[in-house]
Amino acid sequence: MIWLSWRQLRASAAVTYGALAVVAVVVAITGLQLHRAYAASGIAGCTGDACESIINAFLARDPFLQTLLSNVLLLLLPALTGIFWAAPLVARELESGTFRLAWTQSVPRSRWLTAKLAVVGLASLLATGVLAVLVTWWYAPIDRVNGNGFSPAVFGARDLAPVGYAAFAFGLGVVAGVVTRRTLTAMAVTLVGYVAVRLSFAFWIRPRLLAPLTSVASLDDLGEPKLLGGGPRVAAGRWVISETLTDPSGAVTDTIRVAQGDPCMATRSCLSGYHVTTVYQPADRYWLFQWLETGIFVGLALALIGIAYWWLRRLVS
Amino acid sequence: MTAVLETTGLGKRYRRTWALSDCTLEIPAGRVVGLVGPNGAGKSTLLNLAVGLLAPTAGTIEVLGDVPARGPEQLGRIGFVAQDTPTYGSLSVADHLRLGARLNPGWDAALADRRIDELGLERSRRAGKLSGGQRAQLALTLAVAKRPELLVLDEPVASLDPLARREFLQSLMEVVVDQGVSVVLSSHLVADLERVCDYLVLLVASRVRLAGAVDDLLADHVLMTGPRRDITSLPADQEVITESHTDRQSTLLVRSEAPVLDPAWTVEPVGLEDLVLGYMRQGGAGTRPFRDAGLRVQS
Repeated sequence: MIWLSWRQLRASAAVTYGALAVVAVVVAITGLQLHRAYAASGIAGCTGDACESIINAFLARDPFLQTLLSNVLLLLLPALTGIFWAAPLVARELESGTFRLAWTQSVPRSRWLTAKLAVVGLASLLATGVLAVLVTWWYAPIDRVNGNGFSPAVFGARDLAPVGYAAFAFGLGVVAGVVTRRTLTAMAVTLVGYVAVRLSFAFWIRPRLLAPLTSVASLDDLGEPKLLGGGPRVAAGRWVISETLTDPSGAVTDTIRVAQGDPCMATRSCLSGYHVTTVYQPADRYWLFQWLETGIFVGLALALIGIAYWWLRRLVS
Repeated sequence: MTAVLETTGLGKRYRRTWALSDCTLEIPAGRVVGLVGPNGAGKSTLLNLAVGLLAPTAGTIEVLGDVPARGPEQLGRIGFVAQDTPTYGSLSVADHLRLGARLNPGWDAALADRRIDELGLERSRRAGKLSGGQRAQLALTLAVAKRPELLVLDEPVASLDPLARREFLQSLMEVVVDQGVSVVLSSHLVADLERVCDYLVLLVASRVRLAGAVDDLLADHVLMTGPRRDITSLPADQEVITESHTDRQSTLLVRSEAPVLDPAWTVEPVGLEDLVLGYMRQGGAGTRPFRDAGLRVQS
């Protein structure tokens, strides 16, 4: 049974893993250069204004690869395996009638499905897993400089999360195929469902997964005046969900009123009484978030696959 | 002899349509059973129930004394050639043989190889590139080489040209002779079955109309021609299946176990095709209800 599943996957698996091997070679060569450049640049130990130009020069390296690896390949791969491997997995057999051949051999259909899921599921997860390892390693110096692990585009394209997405896309594709029984419909459903869940998770669910921390600092303590943003942003590894300024009376404001020529400007004493309230996820919760996200997506995948078994059992042809 | 297929009140409903209803049958082993009926009569449904691809909505079905597709062993006892003889288009003939060997513990590789050689099928050829006849033969090879006790074939020759049709049925008969396997095959053409079947089941509008050994059926029915007269004057043991009248004479298809004695009738034996058509016409025109209870919905 495993042989048959493998035999059916073989050709497209060869193409996928061949392409992955090419990517691995490119990543290895350019990645080594990138890591070396990071060590040589002295970013790790630099201070002050000089730092900024070094950082900017470093971050400007390989802009094409930076986009391709993280924002194209690793973003697409889980969706592609879901659409092109998982969705047709059962749908094509139902559509072409070959399930009548497969299910009347001396193998119960639940075992037939298990073999298919094992072979194609493993191939899907492994492909995304390998690419995620490559991308994470390649990007390590850049991520260290940016400290933006929580930004949506980065968080979903590093470490564990992509594997969770691949599992989810796989489960979604399989169920869509079993339920719609049409390859093209199943592929479309998988694409739409995957994009919808990923987007809503990144922008709506992930920020609500764990109660954020709140810190209040007087404006004096913040040192150099800086731009305060209202919306979520990521800085120094933290995920800042909101920052609000309150005046001495405790009311939220966005301006600090200072009379022209007030001598307090020199001593910064007119800032006293103003506070900044920051709501944020600390940097050390990064791995907690990664595990949570991966776990939730894998859980969704398992639930979907359970539905596929159940549906297949009661399926009327 | 035990039954290869036994059903009691078997019914299958798709949403609100009964594709098969109140089907009670007992088919003895060692037969080549023809399942005939017009398109949409429920033949495929009955066969898919028999191989466990479908679950019944009502009633029970037992094949070779067990519930269809109960487990690997039961699956291995039945060889199935599905409608349109599906094969994996991108896999080669050799791949299909490997598939059969890996998925069936009872696989007879020598038999499969011999059949493929006899058919002259190229092993490296993809199944998608085979002709309809070759594909049907490949599907039959897969079904036969698992060494089943019962072969079920769903309209195996419907899409074949006359020559391929004859060749397919011929190789099916060889299998029957060589292996003593019981066969149930369906067709909407009686002519296909006439040559190979010794038992007949007729399904019309989701119901069983007729079932029995071909010889018995032919012996029990006669075609009577005589001067025009009212059929109510016939003896009670003569059941009129169909009647047709011209101004001067009547032609009747009659079920009668006793010989027809009335000298006014010219009595002829009936052919299988005329017999089946007679019963189909009876069902269609609804002149005399064969069975009355329950729904009668065409799928």
